[in-house]
Amino acid sequence: MENNLLWMIAGMGVVTYLPRVLPLVLINTNRIPPRLQRILSNVPFAILGALIFPGILHINGDSMWFGLLGACVAGLTAYLNWNIILVVLSSVAALSICSFFMG
Amino acid sequence: MLPFPSAEKESHPFSTGIQAGLSIAIGYLPIAFTYGLLAKSSGLSLVETVGMSVIVFAGASQYIALSMIGAGTGAFEIIITAFIMNIRHLLMSASLNERMKDDAKWIKAIYGFLITDETFSVAATRTEKKLTSAFMLGLGLIAYGSWVVNSGVGYLIGAGLPATIQNGMAVALYAMFIGLLIPSAKKSRKVIALAGTAALLNSLFSLYEPLAGGWGIILSTLISSVGIEFFVKEEKVHGK
Repeated sequence: MENNLLWMIAGMGVVTYLPRVLPLVLINTNRIPPRLQRILSNVPFAILGALIFPGILHINGDSMWFGLLGACVAGLTAYLNWNIILVVLSSVAALSICSFFMG
Repeated sequence: MLPFPSAEKESHPFSTGIQAGLSIAIGYLPIAFTYGLLAKSSGLSLVETVGMSVIVFAGASQYIALSMIGAGTGAFEIIITAFIMNIRHLLMSASLNERMKDDAKWIKAIYGFLITDETFSVAATRTEKKLTSAFMLGLGLIAYGSWVVNSGVGYLIGAGLPATIQNGMAVALYAMFIGLLIPSAKKSRKVIALAGTAALLNSLFSLYEPLAGGWGIILSTLISSVGIEFFVKEEKVHGK
């Protein structure tokens, strides 16, 4: 293995591991004030919003309608309480078919 | 080995975790596959390609590393970029810490490695009040396994997949995020406000180059999580 690349991978390993693990092992949950606890419990839903938009609009370089269609299929199937795996597969299928016809 | 659950009892948290992680394993397939394919065309060896997935386990950072290697960027800049992109995991880890049953630090240090946007999102939207280490390990390991294996598969047979399916698969992880968000959003207006505000802010931030990517997600999440707390005080976002 190329030496430089080995060091790069090791370095990336360290800087991606630390943010994941430090709060888990350093924070004592019982000492966190209630308001901060509520803010932390808000984080998952805020992050989901930020992860979906605007990323989903850019999955196809040519047009953001492709991503919006995928979002609609996923949104509708999830709204109908479909299993999450079916939500994923149906929006992948819809976009594959769409991509097939658009050439 | 973990004990197998008896027939009548609820299934063991480790297997519940594996089941909950299946959608991530499926979602990772095309992303890891494409990463393997790109790594090969960037001139990495199979060991380097899979090694990066084993050690780093961070999709976006690995993609960016490949493009920076391609552009001739130095290792130091690549490591700094990976760091900036992954600071958001501080927020996730701190938030998850609230939901986890207490356990030995070394176990937390193991499942902590398995925190990604996706494993975090699946864990954090569970309806149980507290989650166990065994659940997180099951959830994380199936996702990790899919990531590592499919990186190698992509490297070896990447070019064979039809382009239409590759196009369709690009939506997989986003569809999963939407699938995780909607059930909670149906029950709580606060969830809609949190996700909507962060989505709007991140879309705005993405137009401004220095905030595109890692920092934009962190900022929009923080502003939304803190800001909404001062508007909607009474509603709790986790059931039970």
